[in-house]
Amino acid sequence: MNILTGNDLKTGDVIWWTGSDWSRHVEDAADVGDNGEAIAHEEEGARRVNSPYVIAGEKTDKGPRPAHIKDRVRALGPTVRPDLTLKPADPEAGSWVI
Amino acid sequence: MYRYDQYDQQIVDTRVEEFRDQVKRRLSGALTEDQFKPLRLMNGLYLQLHAYMLRVAVPYGTLDGRQMRMLAEIARKYDRGYGHFTTRQNIQYNWIKLADAPDILADLATVEMHAIQTSGNCIRNISSDQFAGAAADEIADPRPWAELLRQWSTFHPEFSYLPRKFKICVIASDEDRAAMRLHDIGIQLVVRDGQIGAKVFAGGGMGRTPMIAPEINDFVAIADLLSYVEAALRVYNRHGRRDNIYKARIKILVNDLGAEEYARQVDEEFAGMKARDIDPPAAEFDRIAAFFAPPAFDADAPDTIDRSDPDFAVWLDQNVRAHKQPGYAIATISLKPVGGIPGDASAEQMDVVADLAERYSLDEVRVTHSQNLVLPHVRKADLYTVWQALRDAGLAEANLDLISDIIACPGLDYCSLANARSIPVAQKIAQRFADLDRQRELGELKLKISGCINACGHHHAGHIGILGVDRKGTENYQLLLGGSGAEDVSLAKITGPGFDEDGVVDAIEKVTNVYLGARQDDERFVDTYRRLGMEPFKEAIYG
Repeated sequence: MNILTGNDLKTGDVIWWTGSDWSRHVEDAADVGDNGEAIAHEEEGARRVNSPYVIAGEKTDKGPRPAHIKDRVRALGPTVRPDLTLKPADPEAGSWVI
Repeated sequence: MYRYDQYDQQIVDTRVEEFRDQVKRRLSGALTEDQFKPLRLMNGLYLQLHAYMLRVAVPYGTLDGRQMRMLAEIARKYDRGYGHFTTRQNIQYNWIKLADAPDILADLATVEMHAIQTSGNCIRNISSDQFAGAAADEIADPRPWAELLRQWSTFHPEFSYLPRKFKICVIASDEDRAAMRLHDIGIQLVVRDGQIGAKVFAGGGMGRTPMIAPEINDFVAIADLLSYVEAALRVYNRHGRRDNIYKARIKILVNDLGAEEYARQVDEEFAGMKARDIDPPAAEFDRIAAFFAPPAFDADAPDTIDRSDPDFAVWLDQNVRAHKQPGYAIATISLKPVGGIPGDASAEQMDVVADLAERYSLDEVRVTHSQNLVLPHVRKADLYTVWQALRDAGLAEANLDLISDIIACPGLDYCSLANARSIPVAQKIAQRFADLDRQRELGELKLKISGCINACGHHHAGHIGILGVDRKGTENYQLLLGGSGAEDVSLAKITGPGFDEDGVVDAIEKVTNVYLGARQDDERFVDTYRRLGMEPFKEAIYG
């Protein structure tokens, strides 16, 4: 699957395109197929996202998983500060990244 | 320490308002990201993996208590309660919101700080010896010259769009605590015939093409230093490779021309500039230097220390260094607790350091390129009290220059350029060698980790260096041996094929075992490596 991601213009938060809006949770990411660049262009113009780009991902039981470790770190948060990730209560969250 | 005059303050205040307007225009859509990006970078605002990152300049690594307290306040008010001290003696905040950035810069301006020249192809924050003004072995305090260079380089129109970023370091002792020869220009103040002058080195740096700066002038008269540095910049600005970002640093130019030819061209440029009289009048330099006059030391400070607490005694031996003033000492605060994140400090810890600086260090703190902090002027009689306060704040790790005093870049946990994580590797190594007696048995061992080839973690200069790379989407770590950023400067060499995270920790243990078995007398790890060469270490790792 192809996933569209970027950073929220105002907050810098990592965000994922859901098909109709942006979410902070990669689990909500939609497969943008070949439309990623067009959506990115439109959303950037609407000032909702900064520096959007399309990445490869795979569908898993737990939802979409970015193919590259860099985007998995982006999706979770810093592996060395579990308290600052999106899943601070999940001790296994770090292994999802690696 | 230097205090802003009305011109300095006006420059910084005006810059804040200019950036406020730029942010407003970006948020309104009047500026695209392509238009805005160079503007935000000129104000130290990057976009990293998780959020905007703000890099704040700490000129020559010197802070006072109110500035440190403001850094803590920014961490609390605008970030997530901590900051990261960097190998450029700066501090970075990892979770900044764009709309807050102008307010942060405004807050910084109230304590004479800013984020100017912490990014972009300009002359970056001038770095220096963290023991400046306190070191027993310095010939002068290097900071007045660093401050002069800071003022000269701030918004210098000719050098705001150089071929690439440009880093200058000024030191004033033979012991190099600032990795001076791994800078674009390194300046060492020296004395000849009773006069202070500068030995100048050019073309050093790390990154993908590491080079040690060769000497280009063995003695520049101190009154000519600024014009000589300007001449060196001019030659680089004229001939630096703007066509290829990977060949754009001055080190490539100096290497291609040869140090002798580069020096000849600088001399030629310098000769033409002498007539233009751009060096500051002595009165202006004296005005700056007056801010760095020795503080009011207690002439009666006792020269003895009660070492009866064994834990304190270990910290004394490991983290405290000689001061030029009898009765005083220099105390390094390690930001490398075992299992912690190298260089990170919480807002509460920054407040503690600010308090200690004000009470016990004549209101001065320093940031080191090794990502630690320093209280430079502590009465020996106060050291025990200071140590107790540091211990209570989790800041009394007695590991300066030991294997767990690791330099590590933010790596893939934070940095958009990184290929691999650095911090978890640093944590695993520190945990493997957690026993302080074992660390002290190994002695001085500088271990440095970078998460990509840009080498922010100085892996080329590590007695042991680690470079994280991306190997088909998996983190992989190359091991290097034999580097040094000190006066015995050298570049580390790769041992061979890389390892996974646990494998590189195992390899380091094998390497240290070779050292322990082969060292002679007081040899440090790097001395033994230099005597034996790579082979026995390689054999232990891969054999």
